[in-house]
Amino acid sequence: MTDRRLGGLSERLEAGRQRLDELPRWKADLVVLLGAVGLTYLVFGVVGLLSGVSTNEITGFLYTVTFFGAVFGLLTLALNLHWGYTGLFNIGVAGFMAVGVYTMAVLTADPTGSPAGFGLPIPIGVVGGVLAAAAVGAVIALPALRVRADYFAIVTLGFSEIVRLSITSGSLRQIEFGDTVYGTGGGSGIRYTPVDSVVPWLLDLPGIGVAGDTLYGIAAAGGVSQSVVNRLLYALVLIAFVVVCYLSLQRIARSPFGRILKAIREDEIVARSLGKNTQLAKIKVFALGCGLMGLAGILWIGSRSLATPESFMPIVTFYIFVALIIGGAGSNTGSVAGAFVFAAFLWEGPRFLRTILRANLDTRSPPTIYDAGVDLLAADPMPLVGYFIGSLDELRWVLIGVVLVVLMIYRPNGLFGDRKEIAAAVDLSNRGGGSNE
Amino acid sequence: MSNQQTAAGPATESETAADADTILEVEGLEKRFGGIVAVDGTSFSVERGTITGLIGPNGAGKSTTFNCITGVHKPDDGSVVFDGTDITGQPPEKIANHGLVRTFQIARELPEMTVLENMMLGPKNQLGEDLWRSVLPGARRTVIEQEKTLRQQAWETLEFFEIDHLAEEYAGTLSGGQRKLLDLARAQSTDPEMLLLDEPMAGVNPSLEKKLLDRVHDLKQQGYSFLLVEHDMDVIMQHCERVIVLHQGAVLAEGAPKEIRSNEAVIEAYLGGDV
Repeated sequence: MTDRRLGGLSERLEAGRQRLDELPRWKADLVVLLGAVGLTYLVFGVVGLLSGVSTNEITGFLYTVTFFGAVFGLLTLALNLHWGYTGLFNIGVAGFMAVGVYTMAVLTADPTGSPAGFGLPIPIGVVGGVLAAAAVGAVIALPALRVRADYFAIVTLGFSEIVRLSITSGSLRQIEFGDTVYGTGGGSGIRYTPVDSVVPWLLDLPGIGVAGDTLYGIAAAGGVSQSVVNRLLYALVLIAFVVVCYLSLQRIARSPFGRILKAIREDEIVARSLGKNTQLAKIKVFALGCGLMGLAGILWIGSRSLATPESFMPIVTFYIFVALIIGGAGSNTGSVAGAFVFAAFLWEGPRFLRTILRANLDTRSPPTIYDAGVDLLAADPMPLVGYFIGSLDELRWVLIGVVLVVLMIYRPNGLFGDRKEIAAAVDLSNRGGGSNE
Repeated sequence: MSNQQTAAGPATESETAADADTILEVEGLEKRFGGIVAVDGTSFSVERGTITGLIGPNGAGKSTTFNCITGVHKPDDGSVVFDGTDITGQPPEKIANHGLVRTFQIARELPEMTVLENMMLGPKNQLGEDLWRSVLPGARRTVIEQEKTLRQQAWETLEFFEIDHLAEEYAGTLSGGQRKLLDLARAQSTDPEMLLLDEPMAGVNPSLEKKLLDRVHDLKQQGYSFLLVEHDMDVIMQHCERVIVLHQGAVLAEGAPKEIRSNEAVIEAYLGGDV
């Protein structure tokens, strides 16, 4: 009975996969991406509602998942361009984010603040931050790309730590210039207007203002506050950034330039022997990816009002690698899907689980696992459960480890890494004449 | 002593021919790795539209000579002139763009790219190799148009080399001989003037070897020039117009296959050497 039902399920799955394979590639990508997002929302919504988490909390979680899904999506796309496509093992992602965020912060911070900034409008700050990250990427690329792959990784990791430690260093913390004190603010960070304040500012503009008022009005009628509307709109802005970057990177992937990148990954000497200027391609692609990392940093850390060096620890780079490995290096679709799955289930999942458990179980968290063990011997498992709930943030690491191990065993190429993604602007299978299409 | 004489004899002959139509001129090429002199003042020339063989016992400096000509290594001394241009010490991509393209001793396919992708990589100066032209909507249309032309060429080349049935396989799944064919087809798709083939028959079964040689001859008919490193003496003797023998980094003898076969210095180098 169960066997037959299982058989039916696997048959249906197989049929579904076949139907997916028959779709044009872009449609299949869309189905996969929307499916992953939709399924995640559904799981959070249904599980949340069934276990009695309040609607407010659920929407809060969905917002956070969307937010992190989007910023991680941008970062994995950038890293995929470097590592998945070109084979550049960049483990300095956090450093390039830091360059973007700090440039943006210094450009836009209040001129009377401490440390002071230049008080420029946010869009200029964002563009400046992205350009700075790209420029630093290009400069790093010049010496770094001359060394072999593993040494390249060391150079990028070293760079990202140098950036972080420079920000903390005394000589950059405060730089006096005339009467004002500029600088990075060292360990206590630098304050600025968060980038998501662009949303209410836009809605206040004459012309759009009317639409903004209507939107707020409708929301208020539904019992939703202005700040929630602003947050949701910011999430939409993030999604728009992901969509634009995804489509642009897909075009790069499916172009002669993308072919050169792939060839560099596979065997650079071959690419050079066929007359391709790989050094130039690598510098271009490295600067582009670094700029994108700067942008992602700005949209993430920049939407808080304070940047501190702790936000750019090497561990951030590790998160992005995990997200990319889950999705499948070498595939843009996989990158975005992996980032979203990572944000939902590994990043926010444990916290969501804790909310559910706290809402349903009356647990106190004992101070150490030893105390919990003692209670367990007394046939009372609840303190142990409580202990685990209390340390779910740390258990996230265990979870990430388990996921990586399982993935390496059963799907070493990630969720989408085993797909043939052909680097060409046209369908190569079509062997007929060119002009009659 | 007599070695030098035999080496000098055909060389002077070829110099008169060289003025007529030399495509590649190597002069006093030297390459040292630490204390080891791999190439020690090699000089030779290749005539346009011929198949020239480069032979020599193991360690004679054939591959290093190849690497110095194609820019993989920078020569310590000497000059390489291709088609009237001094290409000494230029990076490989520049030399390839002059029309001098090589294949590798161990075929270097791009394993996780399909055979077609490998082929599409070849053509020079593709519009879409420019990053922005691939992304911007209006410009991308010109890229797509060019890609259609290149796709047709790629299929035709694959048919010519009779590996079109493998077009959509990953190159990494090909057999050793098929990889050699792909390597040659890919090099040819760059539309070069001259091809440098580093042991194209190594590890290739006889029927495939015949196919490969037929293609080389077809291409020669079309005006391509070849420099061929090969260990298989039969291949060299049957298919090359001229043969250059390297020994300990220098040219030992140079001439038509018949002359080489009866050259005592060459026989001694092959039989008396450490091979």
